[in-house]
Amino acid sequence: MGHAAIIAGQGFNGVSLASILLLTALGLALSFGLMNVINMAHGEMLMVGGYLSFLATKMVHGPLAFPFALLLSFAGAALLGALLEVTVIRWLYGRPLDTLLATWGVSLILQQAARSLFGAIGVEVVAPHWLEGSVSIEHGLLAGLSMPYVRIFIILLTVAVLGLLMVFIARTRWGLYLRAVHQDREMAQALGVNTRWVDLVVFSMGTGVAGLAGAALALIAPVTPTVGQSYVVYAFLVVIVGGLGSLFGTTLAALLVGLFSAGVQMFTSISLADVWLLVLVILFIQFRPKGIIYQRSRAMKEA
Amino acid sequence: MLELEGICAAYGKSRVLENVHLSIAPAESVTLLGRNGVGKTTLLRTIVGLHPVSQGTVRFAGEEVTHSAAYQRARKGIGYVPQGRGIFPHLTVEENLRLGSASARKGEHNGGDAIPAHIFELFPLLRRVPNRKGGVLSGGEQQQLAIARAMVAQPKLLILDEPTEGIQPSIVQQIEEILREIRTRLKVAILLVEQYLDFAWSIADRFYVMRRGRIVENGSPRDSDPASIHHLLSV
Repeated sequence: MGHAAIIAGQGFNGVSLASILLLTALGLALSFGLMNVINMAHGEMLMVGGYLSFLATKMVHGPLAFPFALLLSFAGAALLGALLEVTVIRWLYGRPLDTLLATWGVSLILQQAARSLFGAIGVEVVAPHWLEGSVSIEHGLLAGLSMPYVRIFIILLTVAVLGLLMVFIARTRWGLYLRAVHQDREMAQALGVNTRWVDLVVFSMGTGVAGLAGAALALIAPVTPTVGQSYVVYAFLVVIVGGLGSLFGTTLAALLVGLFSAGVQMFTSISLADVWLLVLVILFIQFRPKGIIYQRSRAMKEA
Repeated sequence: MLELEGICAAYGKSRVLENVHLSIAPAESVTLLGRNGVGKTTLLRTIVGLHPVSQGTVRFAGEEVTHSAAYQRARKGIGYVPQGRGIFPHLTVEENLRLGSASARKGEHNGGDAIPAHIFELFPLLRRVPNRKGGVLSGGEQQQLAIARAMVAQPKLLILDEPTEGIQPSIVQQIEEILREIRTRLKVAILLVEQYLDFAWSIADRFYVMRRGRIVENGSPRDSDPASIHHLLSV
């Protein structure tokens, strides 16, 4: 395997990592941008999605098993998110520190619940047979490069989710409400927009997409009670680097973070790669404290 | 149609409204006058539902709405044009207008996203620039857009907070004509906060004067000379 193939292979891994990071970060960016809420339990939505995907493939067999798993993990995580919004977050509006603490508590409860139900050792989701195998390149410059179908699928899934989300935000009535609330919450309310509903819908949509990320992740790694923790930290970095209120910025940041960690891992260990990533993010926010792309938002100004 | 009884409101511990009584009949046009900082904007915000009332009741169209959320009051027929106009800067003119129909009452409106034709008759300017972003419009254009947006939902009461602030005189006249049209032809009640006395005088059936959070004077422009209340307004 030549150098070019190794670099291309790491690039491919970086993009597939970026896909999962992006699916996780989208919900964080949406709820932070819109409601000024930092949801510490967001990583657990990924975990819940992973376990739901595991359960779904146990319940249903055959070619429809995995599509059903995706659906169930989205719906389950979205419902759990809605429950979290209605029972906890809604009552702590305008108190970001209390929200942080409360959702952290929820995150611990969910982790322990998973440990009690499924045990501390991870469970595996067997990829459907149509996702077995990989694209291998045997000749030329990239000879030896192998791209598993599962990872290609995760990238395509992310592109599809991103596309649907863009259409939702730019073309639908609820998307218009979302943009209006983001820009000026009070005015949107005075025009008759039920901002509580907008918050609820957007928040649970974000957790639902994190659930999808969990189902996607379950294809390439075991699902453990703490699986969310390891990804949500990167997702937070993506949100910080990407800036708020811009899908484009979040996407770009996810790609940067994903490619960077995959790239640096070629030369050093995983933990050292994390150190370099953090150092770079800290340097980055010195120069662009509001991220790559920043849109003014009342929600942020008042904070 | 709108009745405020003994309204008190505060920011933290400092009270800004003290026992305010105010009423507006259907299709009546009322102006609220007073110096800066006497509580006019806060009073409007308590009517719209953006500022909590600590005592007193707000009744609108026969129902008590003292503790209703702002979006519910908007749906009952309160249109609001805030100070600074409240245009969504990153949304287009058309999107800003469509948001006006967020409060359209079901059945009373032609439904969907269609913007009623009479809006464009009143504001021909807006027909020409549907895709321009709200943030790049001039002050006068934004003001027209803000009024048009409030009118999309066909409100029963239109509340305007200093609509002439920072707008050039020729446009002020245009806005005056539009408001007169809204009052006489569309029969919408108007509550206007205004510093510019001539403008307020030409539109209002009745006036209230506020001072330090209280109503200190009220009457009709027909019976009083602007000069007679001038001492209450000038600094």
